[in-house]
Amino acid sequence: MKHKKNSALAAAALTAFLIVTGCHHKKAAAPEPPAPPAETTPAPTANITATPDTINPGQSAVLNWTTTDTTDVSIEGIGAVPSSGTKTVSPAETTTYHLTARGDGGSTDASATVTVGQAQQPNTSGQLTEAEFEQNVKPVFFDYDSYSIRPDAQQAITADAAFLQSHPSAKILIAGYCDDRGSAEYNLALGQNRANSAKTALTQAGVNASRIRSISYGKEKQFCTEENESCWQQNRRAQFSLDQ
Amino acid sequence: MEATPRFGIRQVAAFLFSILLLATFSAQAQDWVRTGTNLGAQKIRLAAADFKMAGNDPALSNAQQSFNQVLYSDLTNAGIFDMVSKSLAPPVMPGSPQEINLSQWSSAPANAAMVAFGAINVQNGRTIVYGWLFDTKNTQSPQVLGQQYNEAAGPNTARHIAHEFADAIISRLGGGINGIAETTIFYSSDRSGAKEIWQMDYDGANQHQITHLGQIALSPRISPDGSRLAFNELSSKGSTIRLYSMNLNRMVNFPIHDGTDFSPAWAPDGNNLAFSSSRSGDPEIWTTSASGFNLRRVTAYRGPDVSPVWNPKTGTQLAWISGRTGLPQVYIMDSDGTGVQRMTDGGYATSPSWSPNGQFLAFAWSRHYGPGAPGGQDIYVMDIASHRWIQLTHDLGRTDFPSWSPDGRHIVFEVAHHGRSEVWTMLADGSEQHALTKVGNSRMPNWSWK
Repeated sequence: MKHKKNSALAAAALTAFLIVTGCHHKKAAAPEPPAPPAETTPAPTANITATPDTINPGQSAVLNWTTTDTTDVSIEGIGAVPSSGTKTVSPAETTTYHLTARGDGGSTDASATVTVGQAQQPNTSGQLTEAEFEQNVKPVFFDYDSYSIRPDAQQAITADAAFLQSHPSAKILIAGYCDDRGSAEYNLALGQNRANSAKTALTQAGVNASRIRSISYGKEKQFCTEENESCWQQNRRAQFSLDQ
Repeated sequence: MEATPRFGIRQVAAFLFSILLLATFSAQAQDWVRTGTNLGAQKIRLAAADFKMAGNDPALSNAQQSFNQVLYSDLTNAGIFDMVSKSLAPPVMPGSPQEINLSQWSSAPANAAMVAFGAINVQNGRTIVYGWLFDTKNTQSPQVLGQQYNEAAGPNTARHIAHEFADAIISRLGGGINGIAETTIFYSSDRSGAKEIWQMDYDGANQHQITHLGQIALSPRISPDGSRLAFNELSSKGSTIRLYSMNLNRMVNFPIHDGTDFSPAWAPDGNNLAFSSSRSGDPEIWTTSASGFNLRRVTAYRGPDVSPVWNPKTGTQLAWISGRTGLPQVYIMDSDGTGVQRMTDGGYATSPSWSPNGQFLAFAWSRHYGPGAPGGQDIYVMDIASHRWIQLTHDLGRTDFPSWSPDGRHIVFEVAHHGRSEVWTMLADGSEQHALTKVGNSRMPNWSWK
């Protein structure tokens, strides 16, 4: 079968050659007639690419190869493959896909390398700005005279923890605050308890405790000064910021 | 037909009797406070004559005016005299025993039992005062006091000598308890832009800034000997107890710090402090020596434990505030943590101060606490042995941080009203309330021990 194929190919090639040469009427002086086609089989060609050629662990790349004049093609690590084709691969580490193509005219090879990069580097705290931090790490609010984490506070904690986990080298300062009613010294303790509650909640959500420092400002720093419940609620909080 | 009277004789009698009982009860309630604070004895009717100028130095006129005004104020502030007002006093300035006519002072309208008089001079850079206290009814040997003062003449010397003479009179006539005319009050004020510790004379004069930290300075507590000021500094580093040397005029090291320490309090021996700290996770009362030895935790109960204060008479007990049952309440215990006794029965109680004779606690109390609850936070005094209490302030605003004077007769405290805080003073029975500060927000006053 292969012979027939090769003969057919040779014949086709010869025909093509003749046609081509026939099209170009070169006015050569008595050109010598073309030499009769040699009885040789063309060498196989092979080409393989990987797209993309750099991935992160868990991602995939597509190998794309084409060959000519081959009778069998194989790719190391994969096995026999069609003479042309594509395949999706997902190597865990940098891998060179070595294609070997054999044909009547010989053999050839080609390779493509898929480079697997490091796990995605998170931004270090040096790149994380205070503004970015505060946009993404929201304060939690407390009930009157309380330092328990309410359901809405727990939601904020969960979201905050997710952001903090994606920036594992950022250090966190938690400050507890109180509304301006009540006694200054008792409110220092209440503020400390609020900051501690928020710290406990964050560590339970997976943030390493050693990253977190908790302090109290009692009622000494106010976020608003109106004497109404809406403002008092604003002041009863634990606030997160980027620690030095 | 005879109309049935709405109120029979019996009902009227019962009503009048209950009124009488109530009045008696109130009067008695006042009496036990007055007795315990040495305000109860019959007030002595005292006249303070204007002192005579005994010279013609140009500075003398100011010195004389200052002296007379301060002497009169100090004697009035003492709380134990029925002062003869200047308008009822005879218009004379006896400068020496030879010049005084006692019958002018003992008879109407002055009706004085005692009279203070004398002379003041400024000469060769010295301020010299001769002062006497005479018993107006004892013409044979009227002299109770004869004092002489001679000090370098400065802008405050006349004032200072007046304080000294007033204290001498108060001590002599007030049962041997030292007067407070030379005591001072420490407080936290934001007047300079940041909350710092300030100091002023007991009467509000001479207000000046002590700390310059640019952070938040609170809870000043001067040591018994007046040499070291402990206070609480808040910053992004946390809450620390700091020490300022009044003698060296600079900060000195306090060796205990973990970022969660506040509300310091000196023991009367001047060697130990109590404070609140969350270093073990929950705010508890700790004690330590001033040099950092013998650091000990005294309370161990869930809930904030804050604002400790020592019994100044014995040094073996602490009063403090605990939220162990919910809202903060006043407790006392031995300084080793045993013998815990709850003092208040509800509401929101904070900021205890222990009277110098060991008998009373002053504190701030909101007896009906919670959103929309009636009444505010007022200063109360409680007798420790009986737990009976009396409310001293009404409708002033939100009051807090009472602090006893060393004579046990006065209480200084903080009032928040319309968004501003002021330091006020009063007699320990609640009378004579007036503001000492007028500028900025002044809070958390602490009266010196002497």
